Amino acid sequence: IQVDGTDGNCVTFVLHDEDHTLGNSLRYMVMKNPDVEFCGYCITHPSESKINFRIQTRGALPAVEPFRKGLNDLMGVCQHVLNTFERSMKEFRAQK
Amino acid sequence: PALMAARRCVDEMRERVVLGEFGVRNVHTTDFPGNYRGYEDAWDQRRFEEAFRVDVIREEEDTLEFDMVGIDAAIANAFRRILLAEVPTMAVEKVFVYNNTSIVQDEILAHRLGLIPIRADPRLFEYRNQGDQEGTEIDTLQFQLKIKCKRNPQAAKESSDPDELYFNHKVYSKHMTWVPLGNQTDLFPDADFRPVHDDILIALLRPGQEIDVLMHCVKGIGKDHAKFSPVATASYRLLPDITLLQPIEDEAAETLQKCFSHGVIEIQNINGKKVARVANARLDTFSREVFRHEGLKNLVHLARVRNHYIFSVESTGILPPDVLVSEAIKILMGKCQRFLNELDSVPME
Repeated sequence: IQVDGTDGNCVTFVLHDEDHTLGNSLRYMVMKNPDVEFCGYCITHPSESKINFRIQTRGALPAVEPFRKGLNDLMGVCQHVLNTFERSMKEFRAQK
Repeated sequence: PALMAARRCVDEMRERVVLGEFGVRNVHTTDFPGNYRGYEDAWDQRRFEEAFRVDVIREEEDTLEFDMVGIDAAIANAFRRILLAEVPTMAVEKVFVYNNTSIVQDEILAHRLGLIPIRADPRLFEYRNQGDQEGTEIDTLQFQLKIKCKRNPQAAKESSDPDELYFNHKVYSKHMTWVPLGNQTDLFPDADFRPVHDDILIALLRPGQEIDVLMHCVKGIGKDHAKFSPVATASYRLLPDITLLQPIEDEAAETLQKCFSHGVIEIQNINGKKVARVANARLDTFSREVFRHEGLKNLVHLARVRNHYIFSVESTGILPPDVLVSEAIKILMGKCQRFLNELDSVPME
């Protein structure tokens, strides 16, 4: 990760070796945060695999916080999806 | 009443992707906090867990069809992308050609060998280090293909059937044999590493031609080369939602039934009249044929449910499809964890 930003509230993170897979899902999770005023990502050039991920927060919250919260929320979603999926597979096989 | 209609309109905008005659509306997710007054849109793990469910519809040997309800497009797409490009498998990477007198060129033969799916659980192996030419036991599987075509002396004089005239003239994937490296026989005592399918035709030979190659399989991901992709394909579609705005009868009902895929519209006999009813919208492929009929196009509302994904995963046989989906979810978690670790370790100025 590299960070460029004017002040702590609006920061552009440059994530290396990432693409729409993580970019779009992380953008969704960060947008769901009511403290975030603006969130977006873009791929600078399709030949380079890195994304510019920008977060701007309302008020004085440092931008790293919604980023961290977004990552944690995404982990939580994945964990829950994994558990639900495995449980459903078990139930499906049991009643076949 | 006006309020109810407005609310229903908003609900539709939030929950349905509408297919109009000339385009698709309400495509993007808009349920972010602050967009709609009176709706609680901030992320709430508990609300998500209550609304989320997974239903498995069909499971066969290599195919799995399941529904994910209550999740957003961004995440469903992330799983699909990971299934296609980032779940690792083992495939032939280096081919050492000792003797190839067949008419298939060396590089073409190597390309074909790389595309053969190898039945080896990639979770038992490591990635090869960059720059490592030799390969060690923990990251490489060695296979040998040694075959020579001979003429059959017992064949009938006038026969022109190659199966009778020659031995070994067709090189199949079943002729690939595993050559254990180092202590692999101890590490994998019951393992039987071979190609998934025995009847993949690799090359054709004639008497006197022979192929003698040694192959190294490594672990890789689909992003690097498509031969490492573990799925034949992985796709999803949204659940269709068809509503009839007015009762449709008689001839119109017959035409309506023909406009949709088989089984979607059912015609019932009520009081002697034929009335159409939506029986199973899930089966429809949405060809939008209804919009070609002037009389019918305003009587039907076509939409898709935005957060209901019907996934269809077809594996190449290396790993069963449900294992692939679980691995894909774990990989997404791994990515998040990687950035969390970096955030914690690097001090932000």
